[in-house]
Amino acid sequence: MLTVEERQEIEKEIHHYEHKQAACIEAMKIVQRHRGWVSDESIRDIAAMMDMSPTALDSVATFYNLIFRKPVGKHVIMICDSVSCWIMGYENMRDHLCRKLGIQLGETTADGRFTLLPIVCLGTCDHAPAMMIGDTLYRDLTPEKIDTILKQYA
Amino acid sequence: MIDRPLTKNIDLSREPFSIKEYEAAGGYQGVHKALKEFTDPKSIVDLVKNAGLKGRGGAGFSTGLKWSFVPMGPDAPRPRYLVCNGDEMEPGTFKDRLLLEGDPHSLIEGMICTAYAIQAEVAYIFLRWGYTLAEQRLSKAIAEAYQAGYLGKSILGTGFNLDLHLHISAGRYICGEETALLNSLEGKRANPRTKPPFPQVSGLFGKPTIVQNVETLCNVHHILVHGVDWYKGLSRCEDGGTKLYGVSGKVKKPGVWELPMGVTVREILEDHAGGMRDGLKLKGFLPGGASTDFLVEEHLDLKMDYATIGKAGSRMGTGTMIILDDQTCPVGMVLNLTRFFAQESCGWCTPCRDGLPWSVKLLEAIEKGEGKPEDLDRLAAQCRFMGPGNTFCALAPGAAEPIQSSLKYFKEDFERHLAEKRCPWRS
Ligand SMILES: Cc1cc2nc3c(=O)[nH]c(=O)nc-3n(C[C@H](O)[C@H](O)[C@H](O)COP(=O)(O)O)c2cc1C
Ligand code: SF4
Repeated sequence: MLTVEERQEIEKEIHHYEHKQAACIEAMKIVQRHRGWVSDESIRDIAAMMDMSPTALDSVATFYNLIFRKPVGKHVIMICDSVSCWIMGYENMRDHLCRKLGIQLGETTADGRFTLLPIVCLGTCDHAPAMMIGDTLYRDLTPEKIDTILKQYA
Repeated sequence: MIDRPLTKNIDLSREPFSIKEYEAAGGYQGVHKALKEFTDPKSIVDLVKNAGLKGRGGAGFSTGLKWSFVPMGPDAPRPRYLVCNGDEMEPGTFKDRLLLEGDPHSLIEGMICTAYAIQAEVAYIFLRWGYTLAEQRLSKAIAEAYQAGYLGKSILGTGFNLDLHLHISAGRYICGEETALLNSLEGKRANPRTKPPFPQVSGLFGKPTIVQNVETLCNVHHILVHGVDWYKGLSRCEDGGTKLYGVSGKVKKPGVWELPMGVTVREILEDHAGGMRDGLKLKGFLPGGASTDFLVEEHLDLKMDYATIGKAGSRMGTGTMIILDDQTCPVGMVLNLTRFFAQESCGWCTPCRDGLPWSVKLLEAIEKGEGKPEDLDRLAAQCRFMGPGNTFCALAPGAAEPIQSSLKYFKEDFERHLAEKRCPWRS
């Protein structure tokens, strides 16, 4: 069931559009912000609120890169693998992160702290290589810098 | 007279201007002038057309001309919409971020003037996910603009109404294509739409809609305040104004700068980006983001404007260059680019949905040293299938550009991979 808070936030978004269903992406993002991901149950609840079928909503959900349809760790690390970061040393940063966390891209650490995902260009190419952890951007990465950053999330 | 209209208020070491500071620096004069002096909104459309403002999102289409296609008059459909394209997900492109984070009120002012010119009553900023700082700063600036009466009902008492909403995308490169963006704003999968009808006539929710890049919109109020002659005088070519030019890759000082439209590639690369890092040589560059054809050293003295770069066989695109140095493998670089496009294809048309993964397979094999001589012809054939006219949107032709041009300029590097059966750049 959606919480009262989630419902209120979604209602507010609905008013921004000519059609109710236009707010469905915002609605999924709101639920994801509260719960970390969007479960089958949440899909059904949001779809009901939007007057959509769950299948129609899921086809929207799965189109977008950042609607998580599986549980993720407490912190989601997104490392840019696009061209400028690749030129500036993405592969080394990725290998360093994988080694440090003991996981591969797309996996979550056993303690549920970190999920590591590749992400497309973060639009900070003059400070490549770059990554985001949650809402925070980290730039000009080096292996040493990554170690210091990860400690803040330990 | 100001010569850097887009960035004059920007200093990333501090918070962007609040509405009070922005007004004190001459801000919102464009809104006052538009709503009070241009009683016929069409005169703004003509002014912007005459100024030679071209869209900064990549295609370089005349902005005023685009606006002139919006049906006007008492019988025209309502509401009309204005959408700011702040998706900026083209790899190697990082110019709109500067404007969004550095001077959010400038974008809002440009949007109000544009909305007035086409008499739109609802506007959206479509912002990519991940620009979280821009999101915070825009939200604050929008709230300030409502409070000051620049947004909402009867702006400056003129009877002109405008609501502005911020939409944060759930992330997918194709959302930047303007008709896909409209589907995304409607809460659908972001597949592009057939054109015609063009969005100017039938766009968001089937209503007349103008989609414009962030940087484009940030020019509009300055043209209104300072005029056509001033705007044209900023430029060194026939297109008006300044441009945000960027450089990434192994140069001494990567960055983004506002410069006269039409400066040379060499000036950007050497005077602003500080030239190549010590010990490295320039091998080639993508002039305007991931979906533009490679150019090489012989093109350094060309002007960075739409016509000149077009004549050289590439596109100015977003004006943010990606530099390939001689110690980076060109095949590896093209493989990285093609993987991106294969992943981000929306899957609607066959040459794109199938051609891109196939191109990735061919490039992977060549890069690993397992390629066959005929693979180069196969790649070239894929580029032709993905070329203009064969697909629904410009993603596939754009994806073909770095591949086809690398086969032209770096052919011997491809052949070395085939002959040595390994990547010569990997130890
Ligand atoms: C695959 C693809 C991605 C695009 N991404 C963007 C983008 O992120 N930002 C943008 O302004 N234009 C983007 N465009 C161009 C838009 O379709 C459109 O031309 C532009 O927003 C119009 O604004 P302008 O005339 O001010 O440039 C993209 C086009 C394609 C084909
Ligand atoms: S060219 Fe590619 S991205 Fe564009 S509509 Fe076709 S499949 Fe989709």
